[in-house]
Amino acid sequence: MKEEKIELIKDGKRLDGRDFEDLRPIKIEVGVLKRADGSCYFELGNNKALAAVYGPREKHPRHLQDAKTAVVTYRYNMAPFSVDDRKRPGPDRRSVEVSKVSRESLDPVILKEYYPKTAIDVYVELLQSDAGTRTAGINAASVALAAAGIPMRDLVSSVAVGKIDGEVVLDLNAVEDNHGEADMPVAMVARTDTITMLQMDGRFTKDEFERGLKLAKKACHEIYELQRTALIEKYSKSVGEGEE
Amino acid sequence: MYKVVVPGDFISDEVNRAGEGTYVDEGKVYAMHYGIVNDKGEIKVVALSGKYVPTNGDIVIGKIVEISFPYWIVDIASPYEARLHNSEFAGTRRDKIEFGDMNKYLDLGDLIVAKVLNVDALMRVNLTLRDEFKIGDRGRLIEISHTKVPRVIGRSGSMIKMLKEKCNCFVFVAKNGRIWIKGRDADMNLALEVVLMISNEAHTSGLTDRVAHFLDSFKKNREGDRE
Repeated sequence: MKEEKIELIKDGKRLDGRDFEDLRPIKIEVGVLKRADGSCYFELGNNKALAAVYGPREKHPRHLQDAKTAVVTYRYNMAPFSVDDRKRPGPDRRSVEVSKVSRESLDPVILKEYYPKTAIDVYVELLQSDAGTRTAGINAASVALAAAGIPMRDLVSSVAVGKIDGEVVLDLNAVEDNHGEADMPVAMVARTDTITMLQMDGRFTKDEFERGLKLAKKACHEIYELQRTALIEKYSKSVGEGEE
Repeated sequence: MYKVVVPGDFISDEVNRAGEGTYVDEGKVYAMHYGIVNDKGEIKVVALSGKYVPTNGDIVIGKIVEISFPYWIVDIASPYEARLHNSEFAGTRRDKIEFGDMNKYLDLGDLIVAKVLNVDALMRVNLTLRDEFKIGDRGRLIEISHTKVPRVIGRSGSMIKMLKEKCNCFVFVAKNGRIWIKGRDADMNLALEVVLMISNEAHTSGLTDRVAHFLDSFKKNREGDRE
Protein backbone atom coordinates (compact mmCIF):
# COMPACT_ATOMS: atom_id res chain seq x y z
CA MET A 1 0.00 0.00 0.00
CA LYS A 2 1.36 3.33 -1.03
CA GLU A 3 0.31 6.46 0.74
CA GLU A 4 0.90 9.92 -0.48
CA LYS A 5 2.83 11.97 2.03
CA ILE A 6 0.87 14.91 3.32
CA GLU A 7 2.73 17.88 4.68
CA LEU A 8 1.09 18.56 8.04
CA ILE A 9 3.16 21.57 9.05
CA LYS A 10 3.70 24.53 6.73
CA ASP A 11 5.72 27.58 7.78
CA GLY A 12 5.56 26.58 11.45
CA LYS A 13 1.75 26.45 11.40
CA ARG A 14 -0.61 23.49 11.25
CA LEU A 15 -3.03 22.86 8.39
CA ASP A 16 -5.90 24.63 10.17
CA GLY A 17 -3.64 27.57 11.03
CA ARG A 18 -3.07 26.65 14.66
CA ASP A 19 0.22 26.80 16.54
CA PHE A 20 1.60 23.58 18.03
CA GLU A 21 0.15 24.30 21.47
CA ASP A 22 -3.28 25.62 20.45
CA LEU A 23 -6.59 24.00 21.29
CA ARG A 24 -9.44 24.07 18.83
CA PRO A 25 -12.27 26.48 19.74
CA ILE A 26 -14.50 25.16 22.53
CA LYS A 27 -18.15 25.81 23.19
CA ILE A 28 -20.02 24.44 26.21
CA GLU A 29 -23.72 24.58 26.94
CA VAL A 30 -25.31 23.18 30.10
CA GLY A 31 -28.83 21.80 30.49
CA VAL A 32 -29.74 21.37 26.82
CA LEU A 33 -31.96 18.31 27.30
CA LYS A 34 -35.18 18.75 29.20
CA ARG A 35 -35.89 15.13 30.12
CA ALA A 36 -32.38 14.26 31.29
CA ASP A 37 -31.39 14.84 34.91
CA GLY A 38 -28.26 16.58 33.66
CA SER A 39 -26.99 17.34 30.18
CA CYS A 40 -24.26 19.17 28.30
CA TYR A 41 -23.41 20.02 24.72
CA PHE A 42 -19.70 20.26 24.02
CA GLU A 43 -18.00 21.48 20.85
CA LEU A 44 -14.30 21.03 20.23
CA GLY A 45 -13.58 22.42 16.78
CA ASN A 46 -15.63 20.24 14.47
CA ASN A 47 -16.45 17.69 17.18
CA LYS A 48 -19.97 17.93 18.50
CA ALA A 49 -20.77 15.85 21.57
CA LEU A 50 -24.01 15.64 23.49
CA ALA A 51 -24.00 14.09 26.98
CA ALA A 52 -27.06 13.09 29.01
CA VAL A 53 -27.01 11.82 32.58
CA TYR A 54 -29.89 9.91 34.15
CA GLY A 55 -30.01 8.98 37.78
CA PRO A 56 -29.29 8.02 40.41
CA ARG A 57 -32.20 5.71 39.61
CA GLU A 58 -33.16 2.15 40.40
CA LYS A 59 -30.70 -0.30 38.84
CA HIS A 60 -32.21 -3.01 36.68
CA PRO A 61 -31.79 -5.94 36.47
CA ARG A 62 -31.55 -6.34 40.25
CA HIS A 63 -28.54 -8.66 40.29
CA LEU A 64 -26.39 -5.88 38.82
CA GLN A 65 -27.06 -3.67 41.84
CA ASP A 66 -24.23 -3.02 44.25
CA ALA A 67 -25.34 -2.96 47.89
CA LYS A 68 -22.65 -0.44 48.76
CA THR A 69 -22.39 1.97 45.83
CA ALA A 70 -24.07 3.24 42.71
CA VAL A 71 -23.21 1.58 39.41
CA VAL A 72 -22.02 3.92 36.68
CA THR A 73 -22.64 3.03 33.03
CA TYR A 74 -21.26 5.00 30.10
CA ARG A 75 -22.32 4.69 26.51
CA TYR A 76 -20.22 6.34 23.83
CA ASN A 77 -21.95 6.31 20.48
CA MET A 78 -21.12 7.84 17.12
CA ALA A 79 -24.01 8.91 14.93
CA PRO A 80 -23.99 7.26 11.49
CA PHE A 81 -23.69 10.73 9.92
CA SER A 82 -20.87 11.91 12.20
CA VAL A 83 -18.08 10.91 9.80
CA ASP A 84 -17.43 11.13 6.04
CA ASP A 85 -18.05 7.45 5.32
CA ARG A 86 -21.28 6.45 6.99
CA LYS A 87 -20.58 4.72 10.29
CA ARG A 88 -22.47 1.48 10.65
CA PRO A 89 -24.85 2.17 13.54
CA GLY A 90 -24.62 0.37 16.86
CA PRO A 91 -21.83 -0.60 19.21
CA ASP A 92 -18.64 -1.97 17.71
CA ARG A 93 -15.27 -3.00 19.07
CA ARG A 94 -14.01 0.57 19.14
CA SER A 95 -16.99 2.20 20.83
CA VAL A 96 -17.14 -0.53 23.48
CA GLU A 97 -13.52 0.23 24.32
CA VAL A 98 -14.04 3.99 24.33
CA SER A 99 -17.07 3.57 26.58
CA LYS A 100 -15.05 1.51 29.03
CA VAL A 101 -12.06 3.85 29.29
CA SER A 102 -14.32 6.92 29.46
CA ARG A 103 -16.32 5.41 32.31
CA GLU A 104 -13.12 4.60 34.15
CA SER A 105 -11.86 8.13 33.64
CA LEU A 106 -14.92 9.54 35.45
CA ASP A 107 -15.34 6.77 38.02
CA PRO A 108 -12.75 8.02 40.53
CA VAL A 109 -14.40 11.44 40.99
CA ILE A 110 -17.99 10.25 41.45
CA LEU A 111 -18.92 9.73 45.11
CA LYS A 112 -20.89 6.59 44.39
CA GLU A 113 -21.30 5.50 48.01
CA TYR A 114 -23.95 8.19 48.55
CA TYR A 115 -26.44 6.29 46.41
CA PRO A 116 -26.13 2.55 47.10
CA LYS A 117 -28.03 0.11 44.86
CA THR A 118 -28.69 2.71 42.17
CA ALA A 119 -27.61 3.29 38.59
CA ILE A 120 -26.05 6.43 37.18
CA ASP A 121 -26.33 6.23 33.40
CA VAL A 122 -24.26 8.45 31.14
CA TYR A 123 -25.03 8.59 27.42
CA VAL A 124 -22.69 10.40 25.06
CA GLU A 125 -23.69 10.88 21.43
CA LEU A 126 -21.25 12.20 18.86
CA LEU A 127 -23.12 14.18 16.25
CA GLN A 128 -20.04 15.23 14.35
CA SER A 129 -16.58 13.82 14.63
CA ASP A 130 -13.12 15.18 13.82
CA ALA A 131 -10.66 13.23 16.03
CA GLY A 132 -10.51 13.54 19.78
CA THR A 133 -14.14 12.56 20.25
CA ARG A 134 -13.52 10.55 23.40
CA THR A 135 -11.98 13.59 25.06
CA ALA A 136 -14.92 15.76 23.98
CA GLY A 137 -17.27 13.09 25.33
CA ILE A 138 -15.54 12.94 28.71
CA ASN A 139 -15.58 16.74 29.03
CA ALA A 140 -19.29 16.82 28.20
CA ALA A 141 -20.13 13.92 30.53
CA SER A 142 -18.26 15.49 33.44
CA VAL A 143 -20.25 18.72 33.17
CA ALA A 144 -23.51 16.81 32.70
CA LEU A 145 -22.84 14.77 35.86
CA ALA A 146 -22.33 17.93 37.88
CA ALA A 147 -25.49 19.45 36.41
CA ALA A 148 -27.44 16.34 37.42
CA GLY A 149 -26.55 17.08 41.05
CA ILE A 150 -24.44 13.98 41.46
CA PRO A 151 -21.91 14.25 44.32
CA MET A 152 -18.41 14.43 42.88
CA ARG A 153 -14.93 15.17 44.18
CA ASP A 154 -13.95 17.16 41.08
CA LEU A 155 -14.66 17.78 37.43
CA VAL A 156 -12.67 15.77 34.88
CA SER A 157 -11.09 17.47 31.88
CA SER A 158 -9.65 15.72 28.88
CA VAL A 159 -7.56 16.49 25.80
CA ALA A 160 -5.32 14.66 23.33
CA VAL A 161 -1.73 15.32 22.30
CA GLY A 162 0.02 13.83 19.29
CA LYS A 163 3.00 13.89 17.01
CA ILE A 164 2.88 15.17 13.44
CA ASP A 165 5.88 15.65 11.14
CA GLY A 166 8.12 14.96 14.14
CA GLU A 167 6.62 17.68 16.31
CA VAL A 168 4.66 17.23 19.54
CA VAL A 169 1.36 19.09 19.14
CA LEU A 170 -1.84 19.56 21.10
CA ASP A 171 -5.35 18.40 20.17
CA LEU A 172 -5.05 16.62 16.79
CA ASN A 173 -7.76 16.98 14.16
CA ALA A 174 -8.78 14.14 11.86
CA VAL A 175 -6.19 14.78 9.11
CA GLU A 176 -3.40 15.08 11.64
CA ASP A 177 -4.59 11.97 13.43
CA ASN A 178 -4.72 9.88 10.25
CA HIS A 179 -1.37 10.99 8.89
CA GLY A 180 0.49 11.70 12.11
CA GLU A 181 2.88 9.49 14.03
CA ALA A 182 1.20 9.35 17.45
CA ASP A 183 -1.99 10.21 19.32
CA MET A 184 -2.35 10.25 23.10
CA PRO A 185 -5.66 11.11 24.78
CA VAL A 186 -5.37 12.17 28.43
CA ALA A 187 -8.08 12.74 31.05
CA MET A 188 -7.29 14.32 34.36
CA VAL A 189 -8.52 16.14 37.44
CA ALA A 190 -7.20 19.65 36.96
CA ARG A 191 -7.15 20.62 40.65
CA THR A 192 -4.90 17.79 41.78
CA ASP A 193 -3.21 16.95 38.45
CA THR A 194 -4.42 13.36 38.87
CA ILE A 195 -4.48 11.45 35.60
CA THR A 196 -7.58 9.27 35.26
CA MET A 197 -7.09 8.10 31.68
CA LEU A 198 -4.06 7.83 29.46
CA GLN A 199 -3.90 5.99 26.18
CA MET A 200 -1.38 6.05 23.38
CA ASP A 201 -1.53 5.09 19.75
CA GLY A 202 1.76 5.28 17.84
CA ARG A 203 5.20 6.06 19.20
CA PHE A 204 6.69 8.80 21.37
CA THR A 205 10.24 8.91 22.69
CA LYS A 206 10.46 9.30 26.45
CA ASP A 207 11.27 12.97 26.03
CA GLU A 208 8.38 13.54 23.62
CA PHE A 209 6.01 11.73 25.96
CA GLU A 210 6.96 13.98 28.83
CA ARG A 211 6.63 17.11 26.73
CA GLY A 212 3.26 15.89 25.44
CA LEU A 213 1.97 15.17 28.92
CA LYS A 214 3.00 18.63 30.05
CA LEU A 215 1.13 20.15 27.10
CA ALA A 216 -1.95 18.07 27.91
CA LYS A 217 -1.88 19.13 31.56
CA LYS A 218 -1.77 22.78 30.64
CA ALA A 219 -4.64 22.37 28.19
CA CYS A 220 -6.72 20.42 30.74
CA HIS A 221 -6.45 23.38 33.10
CA GLU A 222 -7.76 25.64 30.34
CA ILE A 223 -10.65 23.29 29.60
CA TYR A 224 -11.43 22.97 33.30
CA GLU A 225 -11.85 26.74 33.57
CA LEU A 226 -14.24 26.68 30.59
CA GLN A 227 -16.27 23.84 32.12
CA ARG A 228 -16.49 25.65 35.43
CA THR A 229 -17.49 28.94 33.81
CA ALA A 230 -20.19 27.21 31.76
CA LEU A 231 -21.78 25.74 34.89
CA ILE A 232 -21.63 28.99 36.82
CA GLU A 233 -22.96 31.03 33.90
CA LYS A 234 -25.88 28.66 33.51
CA TYR A 235 -26.83 29.56 37.05
CA SER A 236 -26.47 33.33 36.66
CA LYS A 237 -28.42 33.18 33.39
CA SER A 238 -31.40 31.62 35.10
CA VAL A 239 -31.18 34.34 37.75
CA GLY A 240 -31.47 36.91 34.99
CA GLU A 241 -34.55 35.25 33.56
CA GLY A 242 -36.13 35.24 36.98
CA GLU A 243 -35.76 38.96 37.36
CA GLU A 244 -37.71 39.90 34.26
CA MET B 1 -25.12 37.20 47.79
CA TYR B 2 -25.13 33.58 46.80
CA LYS B 3 -21.87 31.95 45.91
CA VAL B 4 -22.11 29.24 43.27
CA VAL B 5 -19.61 26.40 43.33
CA VAL B 6 -18.89 23.38 41.17
CA PRO B 7 -17.53 20.04 42.44
CA GLY B 8 -13.92 20.43 43.58
CA ASP B 9 -14.09 24.16 44.33
CA PHE B 10 -12.12 25.24 47.37
CA ILE B 11 -14.39 26.77 50.02
CA SER B 12 -12.52 27.16 53.29
CA ASP B 13 -9.65 26.10 55.56
CA GLU B 14 -11.91 25.61 58.56
CA VAL B 15 -12.14 21.84 58.50
CA ASN B 16 -14.24 21.51 61.67
CA ARG B 17 -17.02 23.59 60.12
CA ALA B 18 -17.34 21.31 57.08
CA GLY B 19 -20.96 20.20 56.69
CA GLU B 20 -23.28 18.62 54.17
CA GLY B 21 -22.32 18.80 50.50
CA THR B 22 -18.63 19.27 51.23
CA TYR B 23 -15.62 17.03 51.65
CA VAL B 24 -12.25 17.50 53.29
CA ASP B 25 -8.98 16.82 51.51
CA GLU B 26 -5.57 17.59 53.00
CA GLY B 27 -6.93 20.02 55.56
CA LYS B 28 -9.15 21.97 53.18
CA VAL B 29 -12.89 22.03 52.56
CA TYR B 30 -14.10 21.49 48.99
CA ALA B 31 -17.53 21.43 47.35
CA MET B 32 -19.06 18.08 46.51
CA HIS B 33 -22.03 19.43 44.58
CA TYR B 34 -22.83 21.93 41.88
CA GLY B 35 -24.72 24.30 44.13
CA ILE B 36 -24.80 27.25 46.48
CA VAL B 37 -22.63 27.78 49.56
CA ASN B 38 -24.35 28.34 52.87
CA ASP B 39 -21.78 29.75 55.28
CA LYS B 40 -23.91 30.20 58.39
CA GLY B 41 -22.68 27.92 61.17
CA GLU B 42 -21.65 24.79 59.33
CA ILE B 43 -20.32 25.25 55.83
CA LYS B 44 -22.83 23.56 53.55
CA VAL B 45 -23.29 23.27 49.81
CA VAL B 46 -26.93 23.13 48.79
CA ALA B 47 -27.24 21.27 45.48
CA LEU B 48 -29.18 22.88 42.64
CA SER B 49 -30.53 19.52 41.50
CA GLY B 50 -30.47 15.87 42.48
CA LYS B 51 -32.63 12.99 43.56
CA TYR B 52 -34.52 12.64 46.82
CA VAL B 53 -33.09 10.22 49.37
CA PRO B 54 -35.47 9.42 52.23
CA THR B 55 -34.43 9.94 55.85
CA ASN B 56 -36.23 9.04 59.07
CA GLY B 57 -39.16 11.27 59.89
CA ASP B 58 -39.64 12.80 56.42
CA ILE B 59 -43.24 13.37 55.39
CA VAL B 60 -43.68 12.23 51.80
CA ILE B 61 -46.44 11.79 49.24
CA GLY B 62 -46.33 8.33 47.71
CA LYS B 63 -48.17 6.34 45.08
CA ILE B 64 -49.06 2.69 45.48
CA VAL B 65 -47.38 0.82 42.63
CA GLU B 66 -47.58 -2.79 43.75
CA ILE B 67 -49.23 -4.98 46.32
CA SER B 68 -47.03 -7.72 47.67
CA PHE B 69 -48.57 -9.26 50.77
CA PRO B 70 -48.15 -8.07 53.54
CA TYR B 71 -46.75 -4.86 52.03
CA TRP B 72 -47.84 -2.11 49.72
CA ILE B 73 -44.94 -0.98 47.53
CA VAL B 74 -44.94 2.79 47.28
CA ASP B 75 -43.22 5.07 44.78
CA ILE B 76 -41.86 8.11 46.63
CA ALA B 77 -40.15 9.96 43.74
CA SER B 78 -36.77 8.58 44.73
CA PRO B 79 -34.30 5.97 43.45
CA TYR B 80 -35.51 3.84 46.36
CA GLU B 81 -39.03 2.46 46.59
CA ALA B 82 -40.74 2.37 49.96
CA ARG B 83 -43.02 -0.19 51.57
CA LEU B 84 -45.97 0.07 53.89
CA HIS B 85 -46.94 -2.87 56.08
CA ASN B 86 -50.63 -3.76 56.25
CA SER B 87 -50.55 -3.72 60.07
CA GLU B 88 -50.53 0.08 59.67
CA PHE B 89 -54.32 -0.26 59.48
CA ALA B 90 -54.57 -2.13 62.76
CA GLY B 91 -54.97 1.09 64.70
CA THR B 92 -58.22 1.91 62.95
CA ARG B 93 -59.48 -1.64 62.39
CA ARG B 94 -59.01 -4.48 64.82
CA ASP B 95 -59.42 -7.29 62.31
CA LYS B 96 -56.47 -8.53 60.29
CA ILE B 97 -56.27 -7.81 56.59
CA GLU B 98 -56.50 -11.03 54.62
CA PHE B 99 -54.27 -11.95 51.69
CA GLY B 100 -56.55 -10.88 48.87
CA ASP B 101 -58.11 -7.91 50.62
CA MET B 102 -55.30 -5.38 50.61
CA ASN B 103 -56.62 -3.55 47.55
CA LYS B 104 -59.83 -2.77 49.45
CA TYR B 105 -57.85 -0.52 51.76
CA LEU B 106 -55.33 0.94 49.35
CA ASP B 107 -55.37 0.09 45.66
CA LEU B 108 -52.83 0.55 42.88
CA GLY B 109 -52.49 4.19 41.91
CA ASP B 110 -53.78 5.53 45.22
CA LEU B 111 -51.88 8.48 46.62
CA ILE B 112 -51.00 8.63 50.29
CA VAL B 113 -49.33 11.01 52.71
CA ALA B 114 -46.92 9.01 54.83
CA LYS B 115 -44.02 9.39 57.19
CA VAL B 116 -40.71 7.62 56.72
CA LEU B 117 -40.49 5.27 59.69
CA ASN B 118 -36.94 4.09 59.04
CA VAL B 119 -34.37 3.51 56.34
CA ASP B 120 -32.00 0.60 56.88
CA ALA B 121 -28.44 0.11 55.65
CA LEU B 122 -29.70 -1.66 52.54
CA MET B 123 -31.84 1.38 51.74
CA ARG B 124 -35.08 -0.43 52.46
CA VAL B 125 -37.59 2.24 53.31
CA ASN B 126 -40.51 1.62 55.69
CA LEU B 127 -43.43 4.01 55.85
CA THR B 128 -46.02 4.68 58.48
CA LEU B 129 -49.38 6.37 58.02
CA ARG B 130 -50.52 9.65 59.45
CA ASP B 131 -54.07 10.46 60.59
CA GLU B 132 -55.13 12.13 57.34
CA PHE B 133 -53.35 9.98 54.84
CA LYS B 134 -55.50 9.43 51.81
CA ILE B 135 -55.43 11.83 48.92
CA GLY B 136 -58.78 11.37 47.25
CA ASP B 137 -60.01 12.45 43.86
CA ARG B 138 -60.14 16.10 44.77
CA GLY B 139 -57.17 18.36 44.33
CA ARG B 140 -54.07 18.22 42.22
CA LEU B 141 -50.58 16.87 42.60
CA ILE B 142 -47.50 18.66 41.27
CA GLU B 143 -44.03 17.26 41.31
CA ILE B 144 -41.01 19.57 41.59
CA SER B 145 -37.39 18.87 42.47
CA HIS B 146 -37.01 18.13 46.19
CA THR B 147 -34.12 20.61 46.29
CA LYS B 148 -36.66 23.39 45.81
CA VAL B 149 -39.01 22.40 48.64
CA PRO B 150 -37.40 24.76 51.21
CA ARG B 151 -38.10 27.71 48.89
CA VAL B 152 -41.77 26.76 48.48
CA ILE B 153 -42.07 26.67 52.26
CA GLY B 154 -40.05 29.86 52.74
CA ARG B 155 -38.27 31.17 55.81
CA SER B 156 -40.25 29.90 58.82
CA GLY B 157 -43.15 29.07 56.52
CA SER B 158 -43.68 32.57 55.11
CA MET B 159 -44.05 31.52 51.47
CA ILE B 160 -46.45 28.65 52.05
CA LYS B 161 -48.56 30.79 54.38
CA MET B 162 -48.91 33.47 51.73
CA LEU B 163 -49.70 30.86 49.09
CA LYS B 164 -52.49 29.38 51.20
CA GLU B 165 -54.03 32.74 52.08
CA LYS B 166 -53.83 34.49 48.75
CA CYS B 167 -54.82 31.49 46.63
CA ASN B 168 -57.49 30.36 49.07
CA CYS B 169 -56.31 26.76 48.72
CA PHE B 170 -55.21 23.89 50.88
CA VAL B 171 -51.52 23.35 50.02
CA PHE B 172 -49.47 20.47 51.35
CA VAL B 173 -45.75 20.28 50.54
CA ALA B 174 -44.05 16.92 51.06
CA LYS B 175 -40.32 16.49 51.56
CA ASN B 176 -39.94 14.51 48.34
CA GLY B 177 -41.02 17.41 46.15
CA ARG B 178 -44.64 16.44 45.65
CA ILE B 179 -47.20 19.11 46.38
CA TRP B 180 -50.89 18.52 46.94
CA ILE B 181 -53.24 21.42 46.24
CA LYS B 182 -56.95 21.40 47.01
CA GLY B 183 -59.46 24.16 46.31
CA ARG B 184 -61.64 25.68 43.61
CA ASP B 185 -60.45 25.18 40.03
CA ALA B 186 -59.47 28.80 39.40
CA ASP B 187 -57.68 28.99 42.74
CA MET B 188 -55.82 25.77 42.02
CA ASN B 189 -54.70 27.09 38.64
CA LEU B 190 -53.24 30.14 40.33
CA ALA B 191 -51.55 28.13 43.07
CA LEU B 192 -50.08 25.80 40.45
CA GLU B 193 -48.70 28.72 38.49
CA VAL B 194 -47.11 30.20 41.60
CA VAL B 195 -45.53 26.90 42.64
CA LEU B 196 -43.99 26.48 39.19
CA MET B 197 -42.77 30.06 39.36
CA ILE B 198 -41.08 29.38 42.70
CA SER B 199 -39.56 26.19 41.32
CA ASN B 200 -38.16 27.94 38.24
CA GLU B 201 -36.75 30.87 40.17
CA ALA B 202 -35.85 28.98 43.33
CA HIS B 203 -32.30 30.27 43.61
CA THR B 204 -33.04 33.97 43.03
CA SER B 205 -33.14 36.49 45.85
CA GLY B 206 -36.20 38.50 46.82
CA LEU B 207 -38.46 35.72 45.60
CA THR B 208 -41.06 36.05 48.35
CA ASP B 209 -41.60 39.71 47.48
CA ARG B 210 -41.89 38.94 43.79
CA VAL B 211 -44.44 36.20 44.43
CA ALA B 212 -46.44 38.55 46.64
CA HIS B 213 -46.37 41.19 43.92
CA PHE B 214 -47.45 38.64 41.31
CA LEU B 215 -50.36 37.46 43.46
CA ASP B 216 -51.53 41.02 44.21
CA SER B 217 -51.46 42.09 40.57
CA PHE B 218 -53.31 38.93 39.63
CA LYS B 219 -56.02 39.67 42.15
CA LYS B 220 -56.39 43.23 40.91
CA ASN B 221 -56.80 42.00 37.35
CA ARG B 222 -59.47 39.57 38.38
CA GLU B 223 -61.42 42.23 40.25
CA GLY B 224 -60.99 44.53 37.27
CA ASP B 225 -62.56 41.90 35.00
CA ARG B 226 -65.65 41.73 37.16
CA GLU B 227 -66.40 45.43 37.01
